[in-house]
Amino acid sequence: MMLTLLEQIALVLMTIAVLLSMTRLILGPTAPDRIISADTLSVLATVTLVGFALLFDSALYLDVALIYSTLAFVGVVALARTIEGGRT
Amino acid sequence: MRLVADIFLLLGAVFCCLGALGLVRMPDVYTRIQTATKAATLGALAFLIGAGILHPDWWTKLVVIAGLILLTNPVGSSTISRALYIAGVRPWHVPGSDDCTPLLDSQQDKP
Repeated sequence: MMLTLLEQIALVLMTIAVLLSMTRLILGPTAPDRIISADTLSVLATVTLVGFALLFDSALYLDVALIYSTLAFVGVVALARTIEGGRT
Repeated sequence: MRLVADIFLLLGAVFCCLGALGLVRMPDVYTRIQTATKAATLGALAFLIGAGILHPDWWTKLVVIAGLILLTNPVGSSTISRALYIAGVRPWHVPGSDDCTPLLDSQQDKP
């Protein structure tokens, strides 16, 4: 499917968002900054996968986005429990 | 109809981009969590609505993804901020005790 100009601008903006989030992931002075950056990056990656589904006109990428967002949530909660300490 | 879908897609991408910009520009961990979660959730929902208008036959999977983001993203951010507070990260420019200090005391009483 040919994308219109507005859709191309939307995909470019998503790329810029992922790059800004990667900047905080690389520069982040402490570990919590990197963790919340990874959390935001998981949401942005889910949205970008939906954008891929639009770009390649294939519904297969929606399944990938669904599984990725589920696994990212489990990873974020595990990281949070690790920071909090050994109480359960 | 295509124009409405494009406007929703563009709105979602702009809000995701603003959330990532706030992640870079904000001075503190808690403000970063706040701006990233709110803006990215709104942007993701708007992008999914735009994709659903563009491809109406994908609506089931898009609704499931939207519900998942709407349920898990605020819960994950709240869990992270609570864990950071208990682990001893202080908010920016708030010396001494604040409204959440009883949370620390109740945690320390636990065996």
